[in-house]
Amino acid sequence: MTWDNSYALSILPDLFSGLWVTIQVTLAGILIALVVGLVVAVIRYSRIPLVSNIFGFYVQFIRGTPLLVQAYIAFFVLPSYGLSFSALATGIVVIGLNYSAYTAEVYRSGIADVDTGQWEAATALSLPLGRTWTRIVLPQALRSVVPLLGNYLIQMFKDSAVLFAITVYELMGHALALGSSSYRYLEPLTIAGLLFFLVSYPSSHLVRILERRLAPSR
Amino acid sequence: MPPHADSSPTQVPARDPDRPRDMISFDGVSKSWGENKVLRSLNFEVGAGEKVSIIGPSGSGKTTILRILMTLETPDQGLVTVNGGTLWDVKSGTKPKETKQTIAARRNVGMVFQQFNLFPHMTTLQNVIEAPVHVLKMDKEEATARAVDLLEMVGLSKHLSHKPPQLSGGQQQRVAIARALAMRPKVMLFDEPTSALDPELIGEVLGVIRELAHSTDMTMLMVTHEMRFAEEISDRVVMFDSGVVVEQGAPSEIFKNPTHERTRKFLRAVLER
Repeated sequence: MTWDNSYALSILPDLFSGLWVTIQVTLAGILIALVVGLVVAVIRYSRIPLVSNIFGFYVQFIRGTPLLVQAYIAFFVLPSYGLSFSALATGIVVIGLNYSAYTAEVYRSGIADVDTGQWEAATALSLPLGRTWTRIVLPQALRSVVPLLGNYLIQMFKDSAVLFAITVYELMGHALALGSSSYRYLEPLTIAGLLFFLVSYPSSHLVRILERRLAPSR
Repeated sequence: MPPHADSSPTQVPARDPDRPRDMISFDGVSKSWGENKVLRSLNFEVGAGEKVSIIGPSGSGKTTILRILMTLETPDQGLVTVNGGTLWDVKSGTKPKETKQTIAARRNVGMVFQQFNLFPHMTTLQNVIEAPVHVLKMDKEEATARAVDLLEMVGLSKHLSHKPPQLSGGQQQRVAIARALAMRPKVMLFDEPTSALDPELIGEVLGVIRELAHSTDMTMLMVTHEMRFAEEISDRVVMFDSGVVVEQGAPSEIFKNPTHERTRKFLRAVLER
């Protein structure tokens, strides 16, 4: 099979629209992962009896099962219990919740790194617990974990290809559909791979720059 | 042991009789870490406006007294009151609980830490106004004006917009003192406030504390290894070892005529450094 330039050019618009879906899934998914992960981390750290244990199990369970299985269950099993959503919405929620288990662990390490003296100073000033979290602890905890979260963003961007399995029509889905209709897989899959790389490579550089910016002066 | 067995009112300088007798009181307070008993049924009072220094070897429970007063640690049993309010009331064998009373009593207390514990992501000014604005619900302009006054008092009015990592240890500790004062505490706790400082920076921090001791009627309780300083500013010095008060009295008595062998040994060791 030899590379066909004109075919490659002709499928570019289609693949770009797939890339756009991938980006949308990633941005919506990371939003869920960042918010849910933070809530999970704070609740786990707060050692609320039972509640913290349940969220601890949530993290272990999600990290212990494959994303693909979670996606299948959400898309093919849950509808028979009356929970049915579009493939896109299901995919975003599944990948967002999946990553929330990982971001929760990242946040947790950031929170644990905050000096206990900071908590003690807040107590000594009678700052309420909520204020202590939002103004004292989290700003310091987040600063150190932003690069790690950035890496998860890039990883999610690539992992979202798995969602093709539940018919989310993203970059991978477009590439495979083009392949099966033209019986040419070389061009669509190569270009898809290149597009993933062209986004994730500069992004990882940005994360590294961020890392250097945030690292010193604490 | 009868309560208040350790108090020796004759050694305490005369106070305004209108004031409440005790600003701080510990009544049968015990605390252990595993097998290590850091406080053994401690009875201890500090009068309103009194300046008291606690001296003694490391690990003798001195700092635990301050940390229980700041609610950073809980007693295993005993009664602790501040300004007449109950901070801790723990029966033997029960779990200590932070109640509304605890939180209300804590408002009377401010603390200066060995490691400063400033908020490193906030400016000097933000560090000082954070609690007045969000705990005392003070108007932000008023809080800022007061913070500027306090920072001027500690000699840092030129550093309002600096962040702690840009300041020297001595400057950080002076900001920490201003931050604690901004809450208008009736009781100030100093936990080895100069132990983490380079020797040449100790003087500027002691100078601020000395000024406070002389010019305010705040109750001050200090754990320190600066013996000469303790002698100079204290109304009373308490020698503490192995969870109990070994002896206490006016600084001149403790430093010049200690009655206890344990105190003599300790003073000889630290003064010969």
